[in-house]
Amino acid sequence: MNAPVSLNIPGQKPVSGLGRLIYTLRHLSIGRWTVISLPSLWLAVFFFVPFLVVFKISLAEPTISIPPYSSLLEWDPEESFATLKLNLGNYIYLFEDTFYLEAYLSSIRIAAVSTFFTLLVAFPMAYLIARSKSTTRILLLSLVILPFWTSFLLRVYAWMGFLKKNGLINEFLLSFGIIDQPLTMLQTDFAVYIGIVYTYLPFMVLPLYTALEKMDITLLEAAEDLGGRPMQNFFLITLPLAIPGIIAGCLLVFIPAVGEYVIPALLGGSDTLMIGKVLWDEFFLNRDWPMASAVATVMLIVLVLPIMLIRNTNSGKEAF
Amino acid sequence: MQQRKSLFLNTSATLGFIFLYAPIIALIVYSFNKSKLVTVWGGWSLKWYSALFNNEQIMTAAWLSLKVAFISASVAVVLGTLAGFVLSRMGRFPGKLVLSGWITAPLVMPEVITGLSLLLLFVAMEGAFGWPSGRGIGTIIIAHSTFCLAYVAVIVQSRLSAMDESLEEAAMDLGAKPFSLFFLVTLPLISPAIISGWLLSFTLSLDDLVIASFVSGPGNSTLPMVIFSKVRLGVTPEVNALATIMIGIVALGVVGAIWQMRRQNKMLPD
Repeated sequence: MNAPVSLNIPGQKPVSGLGRLIYTLRHLSIGRWTVISLPSLWLAVFFFVPFLVVFKISLAEPTISIPPYSSLLEWDPEESFATLKLNLGNYIYLFEDTFYLEAYLSSIRIAAVSTFFTLLVAFPMAYLIARSKSTTRILLLSLVILPFWTSFLLRVYAWMGFLKKNGLINEFLLSFGIIDQPLTMLQTDFAVYIGIVYTYLPFMVLPLYTALEKMDITLLEAAEDLGGRPMQNFFLITLPLAIPGIIAGCLLVFIPAVGEYVIPALLGGSDTLMIGKVLWDEFFLNRDWPMASAVATVMLIVLVLPIMLIRNTNSGKEAF
Repeated sequence: MQQRKSLFLNTSATLGFIFLYAPIIALIVYSFNKSKLVTVWGGWSLKWYSALFNNEQIMTAAWLSLKVAFISASVAVVLGTLAGFVLSRMGRFPGKLVLSGWITAPLVMPEVITGLSLLLLFVAMEGAFGWPSGRGIGTIIIAHSTFCLAYVAVIVQSRLSAMDESLEEAAMDLGAKPFSLFFLVTLPLISPAIISGWLLSFTLSLDDLVIASFVSGPGNSTLPMVIFSKVRLGVTPEVNALATIMIGIVALGVVGAIWQMRRQNKMLPD
């Protein structure tokens, strides 16, 4: 394709920032310009600007009005003078009240534990699929993806039927005399772990499969010939080679799990503290939009942004 | 590669698959249960299916969800294909890095943040220019198109970068103009990616609860919103029937896709 401009011609000074921008803009044809700007504009308006709005509202004060937050600029008609009113109170409150800090930490804990267990469940599945014949491979892969195409909400709901006091697991254990009192599983953190592992399993299996499938099997054969024991071979060869897949899978599970709302709301107990649920309640129950925005801003800056930056710089992209 | 399948590997992988399917199978079986109590087996019956089709609230919500998913997936495919094309075939341009960051970000953004930020944007826009006035099907479609766009872009981009440019270059050498080049050469080549992008977007939109809850207005409840409130309130055997129908449709689609793939494999032995 007509590659645009390579400005840094050897022996010639690179054009400075602004000059370079003008130069490039002039060399983009109208057609190219439209094609590039259409998706860019859409994402700018509906993906990037919203975060600025969230940040702006996090500095406002809650008021009883529609919309329920104060304006940052206050216009004084007598002096024709506008004052900028920034309220840092939401952020101060966020750090003063240990409730929010606990919610952030507990979200990280729950997401990390669930990510670890997702990896444990997914690894043998991905390994088996990567080592099967091509026809069985398609079948097994489809079996992993199929639940992903069915409603996430209904799959969480299915677990409610399993974990209840009079649910299938308790009935089963009671009828075999393994327990004599029904176990409390629903509305505990345990149920939340199960829910996250269950719903995010395909996101872990697929990148692991991609990494394991690319693996050169002769490396394992060589290790075996040299007398490596199966466990040794696994930890010294298979696992290191699967690391890109492990990183990608863990990020794909961990980040959305941190902000999870539905799973703790349906499977968790009243003491299950997750930041996504806190944000939801702050917004829908307390109707404190500025506070919800502050919770979102901190979550974005502290939890999501660093992970996204890491993800964009390493091989995690291969997952897709 | 049949070797190296130990008993341990087989058992743990099988347990994984059982874990994945046991709840789904239980859901299907209990959708045919005569008893209202989910755990008591009262014999086979189809009564929850008729209850489902007579439930006007669920049917209205399902129709709304299908409309939203259809339009969102179509908008997402157009914008996402453009975005994927721009990233892999347009060379360098100012802001490319920013655009590629924006495209991958929605894939991992927690839904509560996306939902909240879009709602606050809509409210701020309404205050500033009076549009969108109130929230409803339009705002849900915008929100869903935005997060689905990212998935389409990633799929199209990876298809384009896996495909070598020689066909497009040949067409250009033969004098194809950019427009006809795109519509006659590139588009047919990436159509599998576009179809899977559309299907994925459709499913994601149909499944979304959190973002839709933020950006929908009163009286515009999508199917997941109705299911969520029903599930929170208690036992709802119709939901089992609904789940079974949805699983059935998806399973048919997947079986069809496998069959198609095997047929193609037979035609093109590699």
